[in-house]
Amino acid sequence: MGLLVAQLLAGLANAAALFLVASGLSLIFGVTRIVNFAHGSLYMLGAYCGYTALQYLTGPLGFWAAALAAAVAVGLFGLLVECLILRRLYKAPELFQLVATFGVVLVVQDLTLMLWGAEDLLGPRAPGLDRAVMLFGQPVPEYDLALIAVAPLVLLGLWLLMTKTRAGILIRAATQDREMVGALGINQSLLFSGVFFLGAALAGLGGALQLPKGGADLTLDLGILAPAFVVVVIGGMGSIGGAFVAAVLISVVNVFGVLYLPESTLVLMYVVMAVVLLVRPHGLFGRAELQAGPPAAGIPDRPLAPLGPRWRTAALALIGLLAVLPLIGSDFALVLATDIVVLALFAASLHFMLSLGGLISFGHAALFGGGAYAAALAVTYAETPMELALLLAPLAGGWLAFAIGWFCLRLTGVYFAMLTLAFAQLLWSLAFQWTEVTGGDDGLIGIWPAAWASDGTVYYYLTIVLGGGAILMLRHLAHSPFGYALRAARDSEKRARVSGIRVDRVRLAAMVVSGTMAGLAGGLFVFSKGSVFPSALEIARSFDALIMVFLGGVDALGGPLVGAAALTLLQDWLSRLESWRLLLGLAVIAIVLLAPTGIAGFAGRLLRRREAS
Amino acid sequence: MNAVLEVRGLSKAFGGVHAVEDLGFDLRAGERLALIGPNGAGKSTSFQMLMGELRPDAGTACFEGVDLVGMEPREIWALGVGRTFQITSVFASMTVAENVQTALQARNGQSFDPFRRARALHRDEAISLLERVGMAEQADRPASVLAYGDVKRLEFAIALAGEPRLLLMDEPTAGMAPRERHALMDLVSGIVAERGISVLFTEHDMDVVFGHADRIMVLDRGRLIADGTPDAVRADAKVRSVYLGSGAETGHA
Repeated sequence: MGLLVAQLLAGLANAAALFLVASGLSLIFGVTRIVNFAHGSLYMLGAYCGYTALQYLTGPLGFWAAALAAAVAVGLFGLLVECLILRRLYKAPELFQLVATFGVVLVVQDLTLMLWGAEDLLGPRAPGLDRAVMLFGQPVPEYDLALIAVAPLVLLGLWLLMTKTRAGILIRAATQDREMVGALGINQSLLFSGVFFLGAALAGLGGALQLPKGGADLTLDLGILAPAFVVVVIGGMGSIGGAFVAAVLISVVNVFGVLYLPESTLVLMYVVMAVVLLVRPHGLFGRAELQAGPPAAGIPDRPLAPLGPRWRTAALALIGLLAVLPLIGSDFALVLATDIVVLALFAASLHFMLSLGGLISFGHAALFGGGAYAAALAVTYAETPMELALLLAPLAGGWLAFAIGWFCLRLTGVYFAMLTLAFAQLLWSLAFQWTEVTGGDDGLIGIWPAAWASDGTVYYYLTIVLGGGAILMLRHLAHSPFGYALRAARDSEKRARVSGIRVDRVRLAAMVVSGTMAGLAGGLFVFSKGSVFPSALEIARSFDALIMVFLGGVDALGGPLVGAAALTLLQDWLSRLESWRLLLGLAVIAIVLLAPTGIAGFAGRLLRRREAS
Repeated sequence: MNAVLEVRGLSKAFGGVHAVEDLGFDLRAGERLALIGPNGAGKSTSFQMLMGELRPDAGTACFEGVDLVGMEPREIWALGVGRTFQITSVFASMTVAENVQTALQARNGQSFDPFRRARALHRDEAISLLERVGMAEQADRPASVLAYGDVKRLEFAIALAGEPRLLLMDEPTAGMAPRERHALMDLVSGIVAERGISVLFTEHDMDVVFGHADRIMVLDRGRLIADGTPDAVRADAKVRSVYLGSGAETGHA
């Protein structure tokens, strides 16, 4: 009994920070329709700012003042991000907004590293609340009790703000009907900035209040992101009350998970999410109409055309160059080229569903890593030959895509994006925590190619043939009746339905194709590196795919190739510099703001303009 | 003549408000039937129920003997019912011809075909359909740059690609200039006559309705108040009072 109560209280205390982050995320989404992927970064900044503030503010009052100061500082930082970047993107396609916020994630990571250093900071105890009280014979930290009180207080404050003040009523009105509020002559940009400040401050407060329990380190940002998404999805987009209930639910399930199923704690919350979504597809308190409208990924209005003679020559020249590269290039060039082809296939597989299908996946790493782990597991436990493993990898990717698609395709737009990310995190958790099978953080090693392909040059050719062939297949599919049906469903879902296209099945099939190709990329990746680690499934890997698609240009079929080359070379070049994340982040943000059609799209436009004149 | 569409007792209420009450009518083969009424009369609700977008509380709507109630839009299409929307929607990222070709490949069950080249598939059939609606010269233009009237004609061609025996047209001339409206409806009338397609349409423009319908039904507050030839409906006192207000009726008397 005592133990149960103690666990329950610990769960409730953990819910506080999660609720603060998720409510801010939900609030910002409700009003601006932007899913702020940098929200975890704001949480991390809150922790670091709070730590610094505590160097100057002491005593019980000082602690709470420091937390508030951190919240205000992070709120101001959020305001800065809103004014400088996001304000220009409210009318842009979702993908651009999401990529820009991820650019902010990268920038904040490096800024934090520069300002506070790489070492984990130990959180100070909260003065006056540093003891434990005995409840039912179990010690319960006083600070936990304080946190348990904080979350409902913030909820109450938000409720008062939303129902009793003019600003709050405007926020609610904007959440329900953004255009109406605009039509009423309300200063929208002030409202949006205000909401961003509030949402960021809530995340900052969450980070600062978490200090005595967890301290501050550089993994806080992406660490909280997936749980916060899960909470928002379970609670229902835009619902603050829902965020509270879901945060409590997840945290309590989590502490009991630690008690009874210690190997599955990370997986448990995704299971809860899946169950909730099966029963209520829009979350506990979500409404269908709050879903973002049709998926929009920068819809290309230009019809697809076969390659012109000039591009055909360029493509043949590229293939020729790849064929003779082992003769003219260094070993390093071969490694780099192998990486580029693998990544290009990974990017092309995402491009297929994202650009042609309008399905923005934020968890594409699930399919890449899924294929990689399938091959590695088969080799490790069944001594499967490489040839068979390279067949298993795409099969696994396809099956995973089928399962994920079956769950996620009932939702559209950003909801779909968040759900795919959650599923990718589920797989990452499995790979990370199921140590007996996956090796956990140590990964699976010694996955080398068959003897005939063990030479670097031979494996390079194998990669070119399989990876390049798969990319050409995807390209062919785009021009096939199936590709047209997929595009029709994206252009106008209702027209497609009444024209006899099975929209849901077409989309699911596209996901399976995409997953198969991503899985193959994963398989090729494993044998080229000789190992696989959970990093093949992590959020950053999914973002790599998005950034490649984005760098190359969403509406250019050749985009993924250009994007993969750009990202690989950029990372190779930037990683020699100390703060490459900062530079990459700034580059991504600059491209979103200045050249939103991507490199290939930009070049294509220049060419067309020259041809026209 | 046989009834193509038999509607009986179709009803829908929203929170106690009867949007449509006990709607019943027959649509005969080859007939152009207009459903009109003032704003809020229940036209859209009736249409949405026939199109599979809204489930009625009660009633049936049998197309050639098959009840459409509860079917998905795609299943209704498969029976031979074509549609155009009030807010026109075509496939914006394709050329005009590809729009029609995509519908043709769906009709031929090729939407999952991963092998063929879509650009060449059913191209000739698409062009001849486009010729019929006067869009052949624009076949290779992107659909996203068309003038609004041309988008309407393209949508009509896409609907025809499914070889419908019944066309449901929701305000086919909404948003068009008056002269264009008659041109479009002349085109529609000619094509449905030569192909024996029955048409049910809603419309706000009375000139279009009285010029292009064989029969007119008038809805008011969810109930059918008149059903007859354009001349009979024009002379109907109840219809006049609904459209002109009760003051006009007394003034007339």
